[in-house]
Amino acid sequence: MIAMMASAAPTTLVHLSAVDLVIIAFYFALVLGIGFYLKRFAKTGEDFFLAGREMTAWVAGLAFVSANLGSLELLGWAGNAYQYGIMAAHWYWVGAIPAMVFLGIVMMPFYYISKTHSVPGYLQLRYGSAASALSAITFAVMTILMSGVNMYAMAVVMEVVLGWNLHFSIVVSSLTVGVYVAAGGLFSAIFNEVLQFFLIWFGALLIPILGMIETGGWSGMVARIHQNFPGQDFTHMWGPMKSFADNPMGIHWTGIVFGLGAVQAMGYWTTDFLVVQRVLSAKDIRSAKMAPIIGSFFKMAVPLIVILPGLLGRAVLPMHLVAASAAQPGQFKYDDVLPLMLARYCGPGLLGLGITALVAGFMAGMAGNVSAFATVWTYDLYRPFLRKDAPDSHYVSMGRWCTMIGLFVSIGTAYLVMKFASMMDYVQALFGFFIAPLFGTVLLGMLWKRVTRAAGFWGLLAGVFSSVGMFSLMKLSSRWVSVFALSPDAKGLAQAMYQALWSCVTCVVVTVLVTLVTKPKPDEELKGLVYSLTEVAREEHASFLHRPLFWGIAALAILLVLQIIFW
Amino acid sequence: MSEKHHIIPVWFFVGVLLLVYGFLIFASGLAEWSHPPGTVLAELHAPVWWGGLLFVLGLIYCIKFSPKRQA
Repeated sequence: MIAMMASAAPTTLVHLSAVDLVIIAFYFALVLGIGFYLKRFAKTGEDFFLAGREMTAWVAGLAFVSANLGSLELLGWAGNAYQYGIMAAHWYWVGAIPAMVFLGIVMMPFYYISKTHSVPGYLQLRYGSAASALSAITFAVMTILMSGVNMYAMAVVMEVVLGWNLHFSIVVSSLTVGVYVAAGGLFSAIFNEVLQFFLIWFGALLIPILGMIETGGWSGMVARIHQNFPGQDFTHMWGPMKSFADNPMGIHWTGIVFGLGAVQAMGYWTTDFLVVQRVLSAKDIRSAKMAPIIGSFFKMAVPLIVILPGLLGRAVLPMHLVAASAAQPGQFKYDDVLPLMLARYCGPGLLGLGITALVAGFMAGMAGNVSAFATVWTYDLYRPFLRKDAPDSHYVSMGRWCTMIGLFVSIGTAYLVMKFASMMDYVQALFGFFIAPLFGTVLLGMLWKRVTRAAGFWGLLAGVFSSVGMFSLMKLSSRWVSVFALSPDAKGLAQAMYQALWSCVTCVVVTVLVTLVTKPKPDEELKGLVYSLTEVAREEHASFLHRPLFWGIAALAILLVLQIIFW
Repeated sequence: MSEKHHIIPVWFFVGVLLLVYGFLIFASGLAEWSHPPGTVLAELHAPVWWGGLLFVLGLIYCIKFSPKRQA
C-alpha cells in the first residue's frame, strides 16, 4: 500500500516517517470505527438527517465552525495571507462574526421553530414549491460538484506535499467518507467534524508558536517582513483600503463592509445549508441560538493558525513564493506556505499530526457536502416531488443510498476536473451565484409578512441571473469591472464582493416590486415563519451568562477591538 | 450529549485521539532527543512538550467523559 501511495512520488514538500504513517492510519481506523458504532443510532429520518436533534450547543457550534474549516480553506487562506497580508483576516472577522451572531440571534429561531429539515425546507413553508425547488436543485447540484472539486484538490495537495498517488487519495478518502456517513448519517459527520476541529488546532498551532519564538514576537516578525519586502504593507487591515489602488487585492473598504460583511458573509453563514444543518441538530432553541455564537469565538481565533503562518512565511522563508499561474518548475506557490511552514518546524510525529489535520479537513469537507446533499435530495426533492407518503424508514434508506451515489458522482466530477482544470474555478464561482440572492429572499421572508410566494421565486431568480450576468460580463471584458466593481483595479476577490452586493440588491428590489402587485398569504399560514407573527421564547429569567444575546454582543465587542488593534 | 440515545460523548473520542497521538508524538520526541531532526528550533524539543500536553489533555477527556462515568 505504501508503494501505491508513493507511486507518483515527484519532488515532495515533506517526507513522512513510520510514526507519521501510524498517526494517519489511526485516524482512518478511528473514524471508521465511530461510523460503525453510530450506525445503530441512526434509525429514523430525524436521527440520520438531523443527528436526532440532540446535540449540545458546544457540539453543534464546533461542528458549525468546522464544516467551514476544510483544508482547502486552510491552505488557500494561508496562501492569501502570504499574498495580501493581514487583510485576508477580513474573511474570518468582518466576513464571518457579525453573520454568525445574526444567525444565532435573529434567524435561528425561525429555522428551529418551523421544524424544517433544511433551508429549502424553510423556503417551501414560506414561499411554496417553486422557490424551494429552485433552491434545492441548485444546492444539490452545486454541493455534489463542490464535493468533487474538493476531492480532486485534496488529491493534488497530497500528491504535491507527500507524493501520494492521485487515484489512491481519491479512492481511499471517498470510500472512507462514504462508509462512515452512510452508516451514521449526520451523527457521523458531526462527530468527525468535532475530531477534525481538535486535530486542526493541535496540528497547526505549533507553527505560530514556534514562528513567534523564531522571530521574537509580533514586532520582530513585522520588522523582518519590512526588511524582506521594503515599502510594502502586509500588517494593516483597514489602512490600505482607502482606495482600490492602495492594496494588492484591489479592494475599497466599501467592498469589505457591504459586499463581504453585509451580503456575502450573511448569505453564506445564514443560508448555506451545509453549515446551517449543523445548528439545526441542536437539542433545543437556546442551544440552536448559542451554537453559532460559540462558533464565532472559535472562528475569530482561526487567523492564529491560518493568517499568522502566512505572515510568518513572509518573515522567515528563504524563498519568495509566487502565484500559481506564474510558478516555474521548482518554484513554490502561495498556497504552499502552510506545508512549507509545517516542514520548517515539525519533525517526525508532529508532521504526521499536521498532515492528518489536513487529511481530516478534506474528509470532513466531503462528509459535510454529501450529508447535506443527501438531506436536500431526500427531503426537498424526492419526498415532495417523487414519493410523498413513504414510511420514514424508506427515506432513511434513500438517504444512505444518496450518500453513496453522491460520492460516486463526486468521484466522477473529480476526474472531470482532472481533465478540464478551468472547471474548478467555474464550479466555485457557481456556488457564489446563489448564496447572496438567497440571503435577500430568506431575510425578507422572515422579516416582512407581506412578501408573496411569487415575489420570493422571481426575486431569487432575478438575483441569480444578475449574478451570472455580472460574472460573465466581467470575465468577457475588463471594461465591465470598472462598472460593477467600481474600479479597473479590482481583482478577483474584490469583483466577487461587489457582484454579491449587486445581486442581493437586485433580488431585494425585484422581490419588493413583485410583492406590491401580488396577493400576500393570510397571517394564519405564516405563523412560526415571520418575525411579527412568531412567539420566540424570551429569556428574562436567565442570567446574563446564559443569554445568547450577551455572548453575541461580547463577540462583536472583541471583533471591534481586533479591528482597532490591527487597523 | 445524548439523552434519547445514550451515545458515548464525542469528547471521549476526542480524548482517545489526543491520548494516542500524545503518546506517539511524545515517544518519538524522546527517541530523537539526542539526535533531533533538521527542523528549525529542533533544540526546543517541541514533540516532547507538545506530545506531553496532548497526552495529558487526552487523559483528562478520557476520564471525564468515560462511558462508565456517563452510565
